Amino acid sequence: MAYEIIESCVNCWACEPLCPSDAIFEARPHFKIDAKKCTECEGDHVDPQCVSICPIEGAILNPFSEPANPPGSLTGIPPERMEEVMAEIQSR
Amino acid sequence: MMELKVIGQSADNTAESGCSASGCGGSSDQLSHLPDHIRDKVHNHPCYSEEAHHHFARMHVAVAPACNIQCHYCNRKYDCANESRPGVVSELLTPDQAVKKVMAVAANIPQMTVLGIAGPGDPLANPERTFDTFRQLTEKAPDIKLCVSTNGLSLPDQVDELCKHNIDHVTITINCVDPDVGAKIYPWIFWNNRRIKGRKGAKILIEQQQKGLKMLTDRGILVKVNSVMIPGVNDQHLEEVSKVVKEKGAFLHNVMPLIAEAEHGTFYGVMGQRGPTHDELQTLQDKCAGDMNMMRHCRQCRADAVGMLGEDRGDEFTMEKVEVMDVDYEQAMKKRADYQAEIEAKLEAQKSSANETFIPLTALTKQKKETRPVLMAVATSGGGVINQHFGHAKEFLIYEASMTDVRFIGHRKVDLYCSGGDTCGDAETTLQKTIRLLEGCETVLCSKIGYEPWEVLEESGIQPNGEHAMEPIEDAVAKVYAEMAESGQLEQQRQADQLQAGA
Repeated sequence: MAYEIIESCVNCWACEPLCPSDAIFEARPHFKIDAKKCTECEGDHVDPQCVSICPIEGAILNPFSEPANPPGSLTGIPPERMEEVMAEIQSR
Repeated sequence: MMELKVIGQSADNTAESGCSASGCGGSSDQLSHLPDHIRDKVHNHPCYSEEAHHHFARMHVAVAPACNIQCHYCNRKYDCANESRPGVVSELLTPDQAVKKVMAVAANIPQMTVLGIAGPGDPLANPERTFDTFRQLTEKAPDIKLCVSTNGLSLPDQVDELCKHNIDHVTITINCVDPDVGAKIYPWIFWNNRRIKGRKGAKILIEQQQKGLKMLTDRGILVKVNSVMIPGVNDQHLEEVSKVVKEKGAFLHNVMPLIAEAEHGTFYGVMGQRGPTHDELQTLQDKCAGDMNMMRHCRQCRADAVGMLGEDRGDEFTMEKVEVMDVDYEQAMKKRADYQAEIEAKLEAQKSSANETFIPLTALTKQKKETRPVLMAVATSGGGVINQHFGHAKEFLIYEASMTDVRFIGHRKVDLYCSGGDTCGDAETTLQKTIRLLEGCETVLCSKIGYEPWEVLEESGIQPNGEHAMEPIEDAVAKVYAEMAESGQLEQQRQADQLQAGA
């Protein structure tokens, strides 16, 4: 089982040096996690390190393919508020 | 690598912009109270000295993408090419690329005295990349001052390493000293391998910032403190912050307005948090000034800005262009030294002549009655004189004239944060924006102005004035103030409805 980085990653490098298993590597268009190496930080840390520092909601999926940091969990912006504002901007 | 193009302002209209030596160096020079050894260090630093920013250039290199905290005014996804806010960049560089770029810029812009690393993340959360860049530059361009800015979280751990390099200025962004206030600004920090949310995280951040500040000043490193003014969140609290950081030895405090628009996608932008008005910002800066040297000319530039303050020549120095530039390091360093010596001599000469011609304002105004202070906007393209057409002004310098003196308050930039045009869905005309920008000002001094903007300005309660073209700014402001006083306009408070007209 492993975490996975998906396309919303902004390539900020924050997770790469933290990974205890050297599973994260720079790639294009975005960083990736080597599923064979990822240990979910078990035995090294209480919390998975990439998930704990990633600033982008939804950019990392947990082993069940769900966002490890769901919408609103990092920015504090309620998802419905975000949708409302984005719709308003697009309608201008 | 992101390949977005940097939209810089064209060099012709901003290269000489900024306030004049006379305008900045007079009674408003906030560095005048500093001890000599500090003034020596900052006198040619464009970000720290109002006078220097007119003559010397700086650049930032974006080598530090990672961050260890989240701030509610920042969106880590943001890389819009039309944006000129802090934290926004177009091209992330490796340390080797950054060094190449600095050497190319320093060879082409002899005004260059300062290299800063300011992000787009936190430079000290990327210590290898940041210090590798500094190490190489200390070796290859020892004349260039190195600066770094940080949120302070990992500062105490990095002080020893900082001291190894030729870094004598550090900027720490400190928005609060109270964790309850901090909880409304910082949703989380990454600390000891965990994400820590809310008040608990803010408390750790504040402790680290204060500890780092003290460690730096104890070692003789100059520390500037940046604070973002967020109305209703920390505006009442920043006076206290100013006191605390001064006690710990910070030499300059820079209170900046929050920039928050929904389209930035930041917490504050999306949630509708407003930024301060010009008036609120100035009032707070004045209050803090009782405790500390305040900075008033910060341009809040991008984390990859290049050139004189207020301009961005980043598009002349993309990595693609830098790779093919042929640079003679030795020759370039000599050219910088010559140019900078010439400027220093010129400034010295101006200073001594200014002292001889000083006329107290009271002598000019001959007033008998109490008159209130007035804010005036000035359009200038440099040289300390009123020499710019209203319609060409990309920024206005704001002066406050009162019974006792003329004081430089700051600058206000036209279209400062977004030049996105139609695509950003902003229907306001440039003139309307400018009028909103000049809120609180009663007069705008320029070399010329068109008929239509003249009328619209007058209707908005701002008197255009083109009668002082090519005159020194402070003299002209004093004269206009005297005329206003003479005509009896200044004997009572400005009408509330007039004040609103510009809002």
